[in-house]
Amino acid sequence: MEDWRHGGFGLYLHWPFCQSKCPYCDFNSHVAARIDQGNWQNAYLQEIDRIGGETGNRVLNTVYFGGGTPSLMEGRVVGAILERIGKTWTLANDIEITLEANPGSVEAARFADYRAAGVNRVSLGVQSLRDADLRRLGRLHDAAAARDALEIAKRTFDRVSFDLIYARQDQTLSDWEAELGEALQLAAGHLSLYQLTIESGTAFGDRLAAGKLRGLPDEDLSVDFFELTQSMTEAAGIPAYEVSNHAEPGNESRHNLIYWRSGDFAGIGPGAHGRLTLNGRRIATETARNPNAWLSTVMAGRSGDSLRETLDQSQILEEFLVMGLRTSEGLDVARLSSLCGKKDFSSDFKDLEDFGLISTTPHKLMATAKGRLVLNRLIEEIATRLE
Amino acid sequence: MTELSQIRNFSIVAHIDHGKSTLADRLIQMTGTVAERDMKAQLLDSMDIERERGITIKANTVRIEYPAKDGQTYVLNLIDTPGHVDFAYEVSRSMRAVEGSLLVVDASQGVEAQTLANVYQAIDAGHEIVPVLNKIDLPAADPDRVKENIEDVIGLDASDAIPISAKTGLGIPDVLEAIVTRLPAPKGDRNAPLKAMLVDSWYDSYLGVVVMIRVMDGVIRKGDRIKMMQTGAVYGIDKLAVLKPKMVDIPELGPGEIGVLTASIKQVRDTRVGDTITHERKPCDKPLPGFKPAQPVVFCGLFPVDANDFEALRDAIEKLALNDASFSYEMETSAALGFGFRCGFLGLLHLEVIRDRLEREYDLDLITTAPSVVFKLHMKDGEVRDLHNPADMPDLTYVDHIEEPRIKATIMVPDDYLGDILKLCQDRRGIQLNLTYAGNRAMVEYDLPLAEVVFDFYDRLKSVTKGYASFDYQLSGYREDHLVKMSILVNEEPVDALAMMVHRDRAEARGRAMVEKLKELIPRHMFKIPIQAAIGARVIARETLSAMRKDVTAKCYGGDATRKRKLLEKQKAGKKRMRQFGKVEIPQEAFISALKMDN
Ligand SMILES: Nc1nc2c(ncn2[C@@H]2O[C@H](COP(=O)(O)OP(=O)(O)OP(=O)(O)O)[C@@H](O)[C@H]2O)c(=O)[nH]1
Ligand SMILES: C[S@@+](CC[C@H](N)C(=O)[O-])C[C@H]1O[C@@H](n2cnc3c(N)ncnc32)[C@H](O)[C@@H]1O
Ligand code: SF4
Ligand SMILES: [Mg+2]
Repeated sequence: MEDWRHGGFGLYLHWPFCQSKCPYCDFNSHVAARIDQGNWQNAYLQEIDRIGGETGNRVLNTVYFGGGTPSLMEGRVVGAILERIGKTWTLANDIEITLEANPGSVEAARFADYRAAGVNRVSLGVQSLRDADLRRLGRLHDAAAARDALEIAKRTFDRVSFDLIYARQDQTLSDWEAELGEALQLAAGHLSLYQLTIESGTAFGDRLAAGKLRGLPDEDLSVDFFELTQSMTEAAGIPAYEVSNHAEPGNESRHNLIYWRSGDFAGIGPGAHGRLTLNGRRIATETARNPNAWLSTVMAGRSGDSLRETLDQSQILEEFLVMGLRTSEGLDVARLSSLCGKKDFSSDFKDLEDFGLISTTPHKLMATAKGRLVLNRLIEEIATRLE
Repeated sequence: MTELSQIRNFSIVAHIDHGKSTLADRLIQMTGTVAERDMKAQLLDSMDIERERGITIKANTVRIEYPAKDGQTYVLNLIDTPGHVDFAYEVSRSMRAVEGSLLVVDASQGVEAQTLANVYQAIDAGHEIVPVLNKIDLPAADPDRVKENIEDVIGLDASDAIPISAKTGLGIPDVLEAIVTRLPAPKGDRNAPLKAMLVDSWYDSYLGVVVMIRVMDGVIRKGDRIKMMQTGAVYGIDKLAVLKPKMVDIPELGPGEIGVLTASIKQVRDTRVGDTITHERKPCDKPLPGFKPAQPVVFCGLFPVDANDFEALRDAIEKLALNDASFSYEMETSAALGFGFRCGFLGLLHLEVIRDRLEREYDLDLITTAPSVVFKLHMKDGEVRDLHNPADMPDLTYVDHIEEPRIKATIMVPDDYLGDILKLCQDRRGIQLNLTYAGNRAMVEYDLPLAEVVFDFYDRLKSVTKGYASFDYQLSGYREDHLVKMSILVNEEPVDALAMMVHRDRAEARGRAMVEKLKELIPRHMFKIPIQAAIGARVIARETLSAMRKDVTAKCYGGDATRKRKLLEKQKAGKKRMRQFGKVEIPQEAFISALKMDN
């Protein structure tokens, strides 16, 4: 069996537009005055046909509309895309079709159309349940709008998740404890909880570099935030299944699991990445990031991919570690063996196990909660030893 | 063959950066020795490292022809010498091959420590000295004050000193004329048996070993069978040439002439600088006095970062040693660093130069251990042992006492900074020998332990005096002192490559500074790490590097895989440049930086 099949096959579609740019965000998202949705629809369809030509005989497990703000897409566009997808691949019986949505009223009004088009899961960018913090995060909605959108979403879709950003400026541990408590009341079996990361090239990044971004937690407090988050979600029955993702068992995001399990995924849209195993070779694909550049390339009948690179064995192994160790299920030892050509790891990581950073079973090797806190280091250590 | 009366041989000597090589450029250029289109600044500094650092490391000889005002054409052999104290040996042997020196003094700076050291050597060699005041184009130049300065400090008549700008070419014709009129012609007997001095030798990838000679008596010709009087080796001359500065073949060299020969000599080590070359058949009766070989004074370990590179390192070191007899090496094993070499150098600059060349020309990644001097261990049984490596220090119960090398340092400094210099020397266990003034500059002489000087003394000296002080030293002998071996333990394990010999009274301070520095240099790990300095079993300083508590990326989805993979590749490459001690990685910079103390 080809290795990617352990992870499955999904399709990622990137919608690169937002109503405004959030100051912390380094995603490929842009604010545009006018978007000709018909043109975009055609371009997506054309790319679906292209990828379908290479992978058409596969069963498709998931579709993910990410962004940007895909909830700015018109319902008919989403519908046309899903229709074409249905004609291109055999859809898995339990196919998961997620759409990222922002909690504005305009977006909420489209939920029914998305449902009708086939979307069965939404991930709502709530970010915070506190108005003051939402303003500091540059969000256009307030907490009440978020709660309303969540209500509508829960009524409309089978599965709903929402995102929160914590470890924010001037946030105390008890602030977060209360806020997360409320969130757990609202949750429908899945939550993404991200510690605020200051990315370079963002407005926050510039402010930090200029020494003007104050009140961020220090390392100790950020550890406390993380640990509190772990214990509260666990107690509520939606434990972490990945560094920042929490779900009741069975309700995990199957699409994201494809990434973390090194499955195959096609990436369509500006700045989308893909991994496809074709003719026994694992190919990394990348498209042009600039929305107009991507659109005009595809409209001119050319491939949206700006890069196609075959990954060698050590690169595949590196990605397998980087992605796989994020999950609580950990790495599949048999896959690890075949990727690095080594049979027995029992002595290699003994000390890491003694330090309580990893744990192992005959079939799995995973980072513990303690190990996940220093995951970047842990991955580096494990990767170096496997060379 | 040139008449003796039409030859002038001289070296260009000066303090570092006073413009020797630039003056050589002008002399070469103005006599048309090198075509204008082939000229470049510091033409003779041909090694990459010389050009990069803008300094001369190796002495270079050029033969130029000069039609003088008296209507005759003279053959001038000039030797451009290095200014840095580590290469003082190059200067002293060059001087033995010539009769005169151009003493270059920067007219904006005046006499500096190596100016003085060079003058004394020139006087020892019996040279006629022509003082040249360079850089008079600079607004800060003050030739009159510097003339006075030369007379006061050196006691040399400077009334005829020649003001020039080697940069603009101003005054160069006067220098050429003075070479002819003020420097003596060489002496020698054309009919006597051959007696030539082996001045230098180097390895050329096309020609093999090239030997530079100065003929004293007799005539040497291509095809001659020659004998090296010290080594007894006999060779046939394959090639005889002069340097212009490219090699130009010449049928013979007579008394007073300087040139090069090749003779199927395998290694530079087969030649002895200072040896006397004569004819096999008709030898001269008495050899020249010869010179004392250069002795390495600073030792350190060189280890490959990647243990698999050991053979490549051996190969590279052997090749470099072929060309540089002043550098010594022997194999060393370290518990921490594996297999490597213990190497000896003339000084720290020499160490840096060799390390740089190994890394660049042979593409090696190296770890350099703490530089050390050679201590003399007087054992209880009367035996005296040289200790090149602190890690080899035997059990103290067998050692009666330890001696360390001392130097006599000469420092010239504007009085404003004198206090800082005295403090620095005092801190380094110096004993003041002498203090004199010339104008507003002071000259201090100190007796200092070499060990206190080798590492960062020169850097410190420069920084406390904003670059205004100059420094020169000579080894002066060995002296007993209360010396101990200080070990460094990281995560409870001794790191042999960081062990050092220190004075007992300074051990605590050194130990404290060292562990503090290491705490900054070692990255945090996933667990906490004690860092200790100890004498024997006694810990004298301790720091704890706290554990890294959190380092995890919050978001990582399909679009992040590439970036995260590349980051991991970079981290892995960085990790390769570290050494593992137990489970702790120590970055390579730590080995050098940890020893650069600021107090
Ligand atoms: N303004 C000015 N600069 C000069 C003059 N002569 C040399 N320099 C500069 O001084 C610096 C040192 O010159 P070098 O000729 O390399 O000095 P050096 O004495 O050979 O140095 P070492 O070989 O390292 O001892 C260079 O930057 C030269 O360009 C001069 O007459 N005027
Ligand atoms: C693709 S993004 C955006 C989805 C949607 N456009 C939104 O903003 O609601 C997915 C999530 O990543 C999180 N995120 C984005 N930038 C972040 C940052 N700098 N630090 C922490 N979380 C971040 C937010 O929670 C966001 O909802
Ligand atoms: S965080 Fe979401 S809404 Fe804000 S700019 Fe980024 S993608 Fe757009
Ligand atoms: Mg020079």
